[in-house]
Amino acid sequence: MSLKKNKLKQLHQTYLHSLKIEMRWVRFYQAVIFIVFFSSWELASQKQWIDPLIFSSPSKIWQLFLDKLHDGSLLTNLGVTLTETVFGFILGTLLGTILATILWLSPFISKILDPYLVVLNAMPKVALGPILIVALSPGYPSIIAMGAIISVIITTIVVYTSFKEVDPNYLKVLQTFGATRLQCFKEAILPASFPTIISTLKVNVGLSWVGVIVGEFLVSSRGLGYMIIYGFQVFNFTLVFLSLLVIAVIATIMYQLVELLEKKLIKE
Amino acid sequence: MSFLQVQNIHHTYFTKASATTALSDISLTVEEGEFVSLLGPSGCGKTTLLSIISSLLKPTEGTVLLENKPVTTAKNQIGYMLQQDYLFPWKTIEENILIGLKLSRQLTPKTKAATLNLLNQIGLSEVEKQLPRQLSGGMRQRVALVRTLATEPKLLMLDEPFSALDYQTKLKLEDLVSKILTDFGKTAILVTHDIGEAIAMSDRVFLLSPSPGRIYKTFTMPEELRKASPFEARNHELFQSIFQTIWKELESLESEKE
Repeated sequence: MSLKKNKLKQLHQTYLHSLKIEMRWVRFYQAVIFIVFFSSWELASQKQWIDPLIFSSPSKIWQLFLDKLHDGSLLTNLGVTLTETVFGFILGTLLGTILATILWLSPFISKILDPYLVVLNAMPKVALGPILIVALSPGYPSIIAMGAIISVIITTIVVYTSFKEVDPNYLKVLQTFGATRLQCFKEAILPASFPTIISTLKVNVGLSWVGVIVGEFLVSSRGLGYMIIYGFQVFNFTLVFLSLLVIAVIATIMYQLVELLEKKLIKE
Repeated sequence: MSFLQVQNIHHTYFTKASATTALSDISLTVEEGEFVSLLGPSGCGKTTLLSIISSLLKPTEGTVLLENKPVTTAKNQIGYMLQQDYLFPWKTIEENILIGLKLSRQLTPKTKAATLNLLNQIGLSEVEKQLPRQLSGGMRQRVALVRTLATEPKLLMLDEPFSALDYQTKLKLEDLVSKILTDFGKTAILVTHDIGEAIAMSDRVFLLSPSPGRIYKTFTMPEELRKASPFEARNHELFQSIFQTIWKELESLESEKE
């Protein structure tokens, strides 16, 4: 018996070991891609195979990164963009959920608004940028509005669909106790749709970055989007690449954080 | 006057493409403390009738009176139990069984204690803080029964409440439900397509014919079967003969359709 158990344990160990080895190879190749990409970029730029003025080089970007970190301008701009994005996507998700709630509470309103939602969803929201900037004055309000408006309609549609897909028998249970539509919403519809709302948060993080960066392109006073547009205007592409890389890293971190939040909330 | 009076109910479902008559001229009465079953093939409008009696659905024609008052005014007098437990998965057992009291604003320390006591009586103790998914199917359906009984309804609607359970659990639960309803003196209407279940549990069985649903025949169960628990009734010598009678009626319904 114990012999059998030992044998089983051994097999399990071997299995775990093979998983570990596979994981190591995956990590190894990921590192290889990273190193090859950046070193060939550096090499090509140094040997002038590519135009260093346009494509810059990792070493120059790193140097600029350190400079901008020292004079504090990178952190200031990053802070501005980050604030706008966080507010943008929270506002977008919140407003979208509230709109979906109104649609669910009144089927009549939802029938009336249906074509407008389709039109608004199809329209590229960034095209509203100039109007928002004039209406809300250039600065935080208009850029946060850009970050929110880009995700609000799609959130409304996705969340409203999930509201409608909740098993009607849950509502029947509540209706037998004489529940009003608002009580049904609070007790059944909203908690049942919670996972969907969290997952739209994930999509909205990405969307809000687009809205905010485009907003900063247009306002051109502060933020990472401003750094890109400024670098482009003075033909300092090292600055453009620096901003791009910072955006890539920060956006990834934000996405991971929301994913972590999702795991924690759904586990309950 | 009877406890529940269902008078000349007609119901038609309207869609863009068609108008389907689900129920036609249904009249029946149920006395207080009685247990009746609605038996019939699927699609004969059993669930529609239950929904109308519990005023979840407004009939095209006809009235339903509970103690001589229209059911629409009788809030929380009628409890409804569904085919599956439909416990809210994100609420604990305690929150689930108290939801009816909470919604009707009757939640007091006294009613809460009574409900938790009921949970103990039904053989579930120390599960209050657990989530529905931690319980077995039979246990969950028992919790659903407690949830239905918590608001002390006078009339209970049982919409195939045992159909999703395995046979053994189903038999045990039939006995339990029957005992609880007798103890509390509740009136109940059971919807089922299981002939045996209808005979074992009820005092009277209404056989419904399909499309449109009407009452085809009424069977009154003999005294011996009424007194016996559902499990004993199933083993009683009279059970088989009644089963055969109803079976033949059902068969003739089907051949009529063809």
